[in-house]
Amino acid sequence: MMGFIWFWLVAEMIVGYVVLDGFDLGVGVLHLFLPRTEQERRATLASIGPVWDGNEVWLLAGGGTLYFAFPLLYASAFSGFYLPLMIVLWLLVLRGVCLELRNHIEVGVWRGLLDGLFGLSSALLTIFFGAALANVLRGVPLQADGYFFLPLWTNWQPGTHPGILDWYTVIGGLVALVALTLHGALWLILKTSGALAERARRLVSPLWAVLVTLTLASLAATIAVRPASLGNYFRYPATFIVPAGVVASLAAIWLLTRGNRPLKAFLASCLYLFFMLAGACWGVYPTLLPATTGADRDITLSRAISGPHTLAVGLVWWAFGMALAVAYVVFVYSKFRGKVDLHGGAH
Amino acid sequence: MKGSFSALRQGQSQSSPTLRLRIRSSHSWGQAVAAQLSRDVESKVRSPLRRGGVQREFLMTAELIHRLHFAFTITFHYLFPQLTMGLGLLIVVLKSVALKTGSEQWDRAARFWGRIFGINFVFGVVTGIPMEFEFGTNWARFAQLSGGVIGQPLAMEGVFSFFLESAFLGLFLYGEKRLSRLMHWFSAVMVFVGSWISGFFIIVTDAWMQHPVAYDRLPNGQFEVLSFWQLLLNPWGLLQYAHNMTGAVVTGSFVMSAVGAFYLLEGRLNDYGHIFVKVGVIAGLVSSIVIIFPTGDLHGKYVARYQPAAIAGMEGLFKTEEGAGMVLIGQPNEETGQIDNPIIVNDALSFLIYGTTKAEVKGLDQIPHDQWPTALPLLYYAYHIMAGLGTWFALLMVGSAFLLWRKRLYSARWALWALLLSFPLPYIANTAGWMTAELGRQPWLIYGLMRTSEGYSSTVSASNGLFTLLGFMGLYALLGILFTVLIYREISSGPEIAATEQQAVHAG
Repeated sequence: MMGFIWFWLVAEMIVGYVVLDGFDLGVGVLHLFLPRTEQERRATLASIGPVWDGNEVWLLAGGGTLYFAFPLLYASAFSGFYLPLMIVLWLLVLRGVCLELRNHIEVGVWRGLLDGLFGLSSALLTIFFGAALANVLRGVPLQADGYFFLPLWTNWQPGTHPGILDWYTVIGGLVALVALTLHGALWLILKTSGALAERARRLVSPLWAVLVTLTLASLAATIAVRPASLGNYFRYPATFIVPAGVVASLAAIWLLTRGNRPLKAFLASCLYLFFMLAGACWGVYPTLLPATTGADRDITLSRAISGPHTLAVGLVWWAFGMALAVAYVVFVYSKFRGKVDLHGGAH
Repeated sequence: MKGSFSALRQGQSQSSPTLRLRIRSSHSWGQAVAAQLSRDVESKVRSPLRRGGVQREFLMTAELIHRLHFAFTITFHYLFPQLTMGLGLLIVVLKSVALKTGSEQWDRAARFWGRIFGINFVFGVVTGIPMEFEFGTNWARFAQLSGGVIGQPLAMEGVFSFFLESAFLGLFLYGEKRLSRLMHWFSAVMVFVGSWISGFFIIVTDAWMQHPVAYDRLPNGQFEVLSFWQLLLNPWGLLQYAHNMTGAVVTGSFVMSAVGAFYLLEGRLNDYGHIFVKVGVIAGLVSSIVIIFPTGDLHGKYVARYQPAAIAGMEGLFKTEEGAGMVLIGQPNEETGQIDNPIIVNDALSFLIYGTTKAEVKGLDQIPHDQWPTALPLLYYAYHIMAGLGTWFALLMVGSAFLLWRKRLYSARWALWALLLSFPLPYIANTAGWMTAELGRQPWLIYGLMRTSEGYSSTVSASNGLFTLLGFMGLYALLGILFTVLIYREISSGPEIAATEQQAVHAG
């Protein structure tokens, strides 16, 4: 029971991270080409300026929660995904610095450099995160002691000894890139105005079409690479509501954007991300990290979970702390609600 | 380090015993690490592996790389939070005066430091993210066993502190025009509180590794928490927290008084110079004294009680003595078991630890050799640098406070110069203090329970570790340059310009 609860609590934090940091990563990608004037670039960045740091906290808090609830998974996955994780860390460092510091530098050349690095690192991060999830779904070559080490690539085939990147995980990376770019575009429509918002709106259709294609492709690829991922769904047919939710939220994004309901369209995109992640989690549950080297080596919930007392104690402060955290999030977003306004020096 | 590599190269062309002798008889810290390593792996590499390439393995063991990886990233990281935490408190002071008097000048002063705080905070955040991951990436075996205990405070840091900090920092930096004066003051307070909570959870984590309490072991070897409150209120942690946070205030107040002194010496922005010097010196006086007594004193006594090997190493006390002296200066010589070129205060160590000049202090001779702190000379130097600088802080601040009281400080150029030039020293002292704590813990990862050599990620090779260590070094070199440039520009433009610029830049 504790295992079930903590599995979904950690999953919830990952969803929180993807939904929240997702839009500012997407805005980062769009920042590469969407804004055309310095004014528009500022508006783009101002739409995420006060919140990106808080969004990233979900990653840290999620990592910490994973550490204490499933120490074996944390230890095995983080050391096994050593190289891509380190690259992700460098990108996170670079991205945060570029975003925050471009406003402290007046010289145009340097600003251009920081803007470019910011956009590039955002794009690479989305790809890495998508590929990471795909790596978990595909499975890794676990040794008997529960550890492994993956090279960045081998022969680009998902087999017994794959690399971080193969054709399947690349699809995962692309899904994340497009989904989060769309997510960011919907955020920009919501938060900015004028030509910038209009350009973001025109971008929605092509992004949406690509995302639908990629979503279907990733679904088919997942079933091909890991047929067992359908097991839970057939065992509990009611859970087919999750893929249905993916379809419905995709349709809603399209319809609501056309109907000029930016807030609802953005929320539909949040739901899409939620359903995609929940669907993936349900596909592997109760395995946490499948093994390509034989199902008996899977890192399962019961194998990775912390001691009962630790988890019972954890539940108390976790519930209390997350209630506080959600309150801060609501508070901050309500303080900075409405469209970004660069002209009104009065507020 | 350079010395040790060249020693290695020379050694390779000679026979192995000569190599070890050369390394062992050396003094510099890099060589000391190498010496320890040669001691560690001596047994392992004796016999079948002894080929031409073996000596390279001495320096490039995965264990050493993972230690350096963590040490480098955490050391660089902590340059930022120590100012964040110290400055957070001082900004609350500035905001409070502004709120109480309605003075625009104190508000501007707070805004100016808010900007510096903001830049500093960003660097702290981005260099802090890797730390949360490195337990898993570089110290997987340790993480697997300890997650149930120290994963707890680490997760709590995220849940209780980072959300709070990030929420209110956004409001503090971007929201002044949207908030009432009281609310803006409140967000400054919350940012300060958030950063100090964050520090608390990190200290709790470290304190458990230093002095494990309230744990049990599960059949699979994992540690489990027995009492949540005992974990949080670990006496070691409370003492360490008091000492460490005072250290952060020392950094904050030295930086603030140095900037004030800079303006006064330049003869511009005099009003702000006065504010910064005054606040900095008063806070510096209090913190420089509190860091020695009671916090440093109590913490030192606690260490002496539970980690006698660490104290013996810190003090360079090779032989158990009644009425042990305190070494002020000198180089510990592991070969002869003596301090070279010593200046010693008789009986002082016994007095400081036990309150009587005749008490017996345990030396390294009573500690099994395999439990000696591994980088002994480095531990000794780190401790002496910290203590020496701490003494200078107290002297400087007592003197400056006296001049301030006599209303002569603002025109005493030599004193202002001393304040200005002293600003890097608390960074060095705080770093040396942490090195003392963590090197003193060696060879243990969890004191008495798990050795450092058992904790690193065995699937991550030395080569992969070195690859990412070099990556971090390059990235952080860049960050360091960027940070220095940005802060220097903020300081040279000063509070007046910062006040007008801020509205233009952060509008929205």
